[in-house]
Parts: sequence; structure tokens; C-alpha cells
Amino acid sequence: MGSKRDIFIAALILLGLWELSALLLDSIALPEPWLVVKDIGRKLADGSLLDDLAISAARALLGILLALTAAVPLGLAVGAEESLRRRISPFIYLLYPIPHVVLLPLIIILFGIGNFSKIFLIALVVFFQILVTTRDAAKDINRNYFYAMQTLGASRWQMYVHVIMPASIPKIMTAMRISVGTSVAILFFVESFATTRGLGYIIMDSWGRSDYVSLYTGIGSMAMLGFSFYLILDRIEKRLCRWTPS
Amino acid sequence: MINVRSVNLCFDHQTVARPVLQDISFQIPPYGSCAIIGPSGCGKTSLLFLLSGLLQPDSGEIVIAGTPNCGTILQNFGLFPWKTVYQNIGLGLVLQRKKKSFIQERVTRLLREMGLGGFEEHYPGQLSGGMQQRVALARALATEPEILFMDEPLSSLDALTRERLQNLILDVWQAKRITAVLVTHSIEEAVFLGRRIIVLSKRPGRILRIVDNPGAGEPDYRQSEYFFHQCGILRETLKGEENGQQT
Ligand SMILES: Nc1ncnc2c1ncn2[C@@H]1O[C@H](COP(=O)(O)OP(=O)(O)OP(=O)(O)O)[C@@H](O)[C@H]1O
Ligand SMILES: [Mg+2]
Repeated sequence: MGSKRDIFIAALILLGLWELSALLLDSIALPEPWLVVKDIGRKLADGSLLDDLAISAARALLGILLALTAAVPLGLAVGAEESLRRRISPFIYLLYPIPHVVLLPLIIILFGIGNFSKIFLIALVVFFQILVTTRDAAKDINRNYFYAMQTLGASRWQMYVHVIMPASIPKIMTAMRISVGTSVAILFFVESFATTRGLGYIIMDSWGRSDYVSLYTGIGSMAMLGFSFYLILDRIEKRLCRWTPS
Repeated sequence: MINVRSVNLCFDHQTVARPVLQDISFQIPPYGSCAIIGPSGCGKTSLLFLLSGLLQPDSGEIVIAGTPNCGTILQNFGLFPWKTVYQNIGLGLVLQRKKKSFIQERVTRLLREMGLGGFEEHYPGQLSGGMQQRVALARALATEPEILFMDEPLSSLDALTRERLQNLILDVWQAKRITAVLVTHSIEEAVFLGRRIIVLSKRPGRILRIVDNPGAGEPDYRQSEYFFHQCGILRETLKGEENGQQT
């Protein structure tokens, strides 16, 4: 991800560009960044932002975890078992390109308008991203590894534990990184209806009230949320992929 | 005793079956050593896969007396990059669900024997080629095999390391009383390590010649006149094949 110093510099440059654009545009739709930073600081300090941040974080995280637990085992099996791959891949190719957010009305009818529908929609979109990457990772494992396992007398299950799973982890981590971006985007969508909590709600609500500083507070918080997820992923990857040359 | 009788093997290439090995017959006595040599692509790896049961012949049969425990070192890629040296060596035992203390004792001994002490927590990608070869050898030996199959275990090593590891293989073969089968590109290696040497033709691989080489197994065989004599025979046989003659 780059050193702490590099990230700090990048953040400063972005704020600088923002400030410049705000001055040039001179529009209430783009307030100056220091106003927004001050607003975030105040709302973090008095705790009013924390609730929404936590709720959004929980929705995104649960959505990703739900997708992960379903997509990784399925993706590994479909990638590694040729008969499954032949049967299941056509379904994946037909279902993957659909914009899954259009299923929202159906999901609401099935699961109501509560939190579960929101989490489910995030999970659904992210599921396909992880599934496709995991399947391709498991499919492309050099077959010499399987021969080597066979000479050691491995069972099919042991192949999964000792070869298919560990060999696929680096690509699964890449898929997770893409999923974080996606999940935050879907988060905004699902929090724009039937809720009064979460960063997406803050954005929609401020927009309605033409409170642009609050609007950007919501956007900035979403960026911070995504960034924290990346930090966590980096930690996990360092632990799981010590063997990859970095 | 390993008995190979009239074995044929084909690979499908764009739906056409192309012969890879033709009418291969030979025997390896118990506790013997056998070197398989031949031009690149002639089917040496395929023959080793047949011997170790990873492939089945299209016709003919391979009979191995008893049901011995086998260890195999594959050409390249034998080691798992996501496992440490320790985990790689112990893997066969883990798969057999051996006790942790048993595995630790065995792996520690092999690490010492192979001169890998202190590297147990390294990953294969962090080791030199020669060390990786020794890890592969240690892993194949961990389950105490009665037959050891090796596919070019010493290719891509410098001459000195190569000779050192040839001596190591020789020690292992004699100390552990195993049957050793070795695929190699190198004439000197075949003569140094193989009591019996199978010379294969260009693809499709047929047996050009079987050279009995009772001198193999002596550490100073390399210096003897007979060694050079045997190397000369192999060289002539392989060169004749290159010129398209049938020997
Ligand atoms: N799985 C496979 N499917 C189809 N053809 C194969 C397969 N494996 C090997 N071959 C072909 O069979 C022939 C023999 O291959 P093999 O690997 O046994 O040769 P080799 O003597 O070990 O070569 P080298 O010395 O380069 O290792 C080659 O021409 C190769 O292209
Ligand atoms: Mg080969």
C-alpha cells in the first residue's frame, strides 16, 4: 500500500486539489475542505458521527463476510473439479454481468426493508466478484503440485487443504480488495432508502437539506471507512501470504 | 524388484494420439540403482511417472514386487512455495496423520543430515537451487521409502554442488538400503549413480541400449579408467542417435 509517509502526502495533495477546485468553482456544491475536516472532527468528538460510521461499517463488513463464506468454497470447488466447472461456469457467465442492484425490489419482498436486505444486496454483488476470481485462481494451479501431492499419498480433501486453498489465497486477497470498493459503493445505494442510519443516509439527507458540508462529511467518512478496510486487509495478507515475494 | 514389460504410452495431441514410449522393457533388481538417460523430450519424465504410478501405460505392464512405500522427486516445482522448509519435509508424514512429536523428530534428523539446519522456517523461494534440491530429497526420504524415484534432481546446479549432491544421493542409497531410480541428462551422473543405465532414443522413446555398470556406488569411481570407458559408451550411443543411426 505504500509507506505511511506516502499515504500522508497523497492525502495532502488530494486536499490541495480539492481546495483549488473549490476556489475556482466557487459553488456551494463544493465547500472548501477545511470546513469539512472541521465538521468531521466536531462530529467525531461529540460522537454523532460514530453511530453512523459503525452501522455502515457493520453492514459492509457483514456483506463481505457473507459473500466470502459462500464464494470461496464454491469458487475453489468449481475451479478445481473439472466436472463442476463444466456444469457451473455457464451459470456464472450468465449471472455475473447482470447489474445485481436491480434485484433490490425482489430482495425487499423476500427479506423486508430491514438491515438484512441491505447486507444481502452487498453480499450478492461482492459474491460474484470473489467467486469468479477464486474459481480462476483454483483452475490455474500448476498441475505439478497435484502430482507432487499424489506421490505423497494425498486424498482429495488434503489437496484442498495443502494446495488448492493456499495457492489461491493471493488472488482471493486481490478480489477482497476490489470487493471493498464495491461494497462501499453499494452501501451508499442501500442506505439511501428505508433507513435513518448510516453514512449513505447522511449523504442523502444532507443533500435534501442542501447542507453541503454535511454531505461531504458523509463522503469523507465513506472514504475513511474504505481506507480502514484496506489497512485491515493488508494486515491479513501479510499474515497469510508470508511466502510470496513482496 | 521392478519389472517393466513391453510398455507403450501415447499422449493425445489435438485429438491425435502420438506415441511417447514404445516397447519399453527392463528390470531393476532390489536395492539396485538405475539411471534413465536420453535426449530432451524423449519421454524420461513420462517413464518415471509410469514407474511411480502417476500415469498408467496404454499397453504392457509394470510390476513392482510387494507394495513398497515410494518416494518421488519431481522435475522442478516439487516443493510448495507456501510451505516452509519444515512443513515441506514433514508433509508426507502429516498426510499420513503421524503424531506431531514423531514428525518433529524425523524432520529434525533429516534437516541435520541434509545440512539444512537453521533453515526450517525459510520458504523455498528464499533458498538456493542446491538447498531446494536437498529439501526435495529430504521430503522424499521422510516417509522412509523403499524405492526412490528422482527426475533430474540435480539439473541447474553448478558442477561442484552437483558432485556434492551426487555423493549425498550415493550415501542415501547405500545407507538406507533403497532402490534408486534416477532420470538425468548428464552422462557422468548416469555412470556415477546407475548400476544399470537405460538409454532412450529420441521421441518416441525406445530403449537404445541397457548398460550394466557394476562400478557405480564407489565414491571414487569418478577417477577410475572404467568410469571414462563407460561414459564413452554412453556418449557413442547417444551421438549415434543424434545422427539418426540406429544402434
Ligand atoms: N500431459 C501431456 N500431454 C501431452 N503431451 C505430453 C504430456 N506430457 C508430456 N508430453 C509430451 O511427451 C513427450 C515426452 O515428455 P517427457 O516430459 O516425458 O520428456 P522428458 O524426456 O522428460 O524431457 P526433458 O528431458 O525435457 O525433461 C514430450 O514430447 C512432451 O511434449
Ligand atoms: Mg523430464
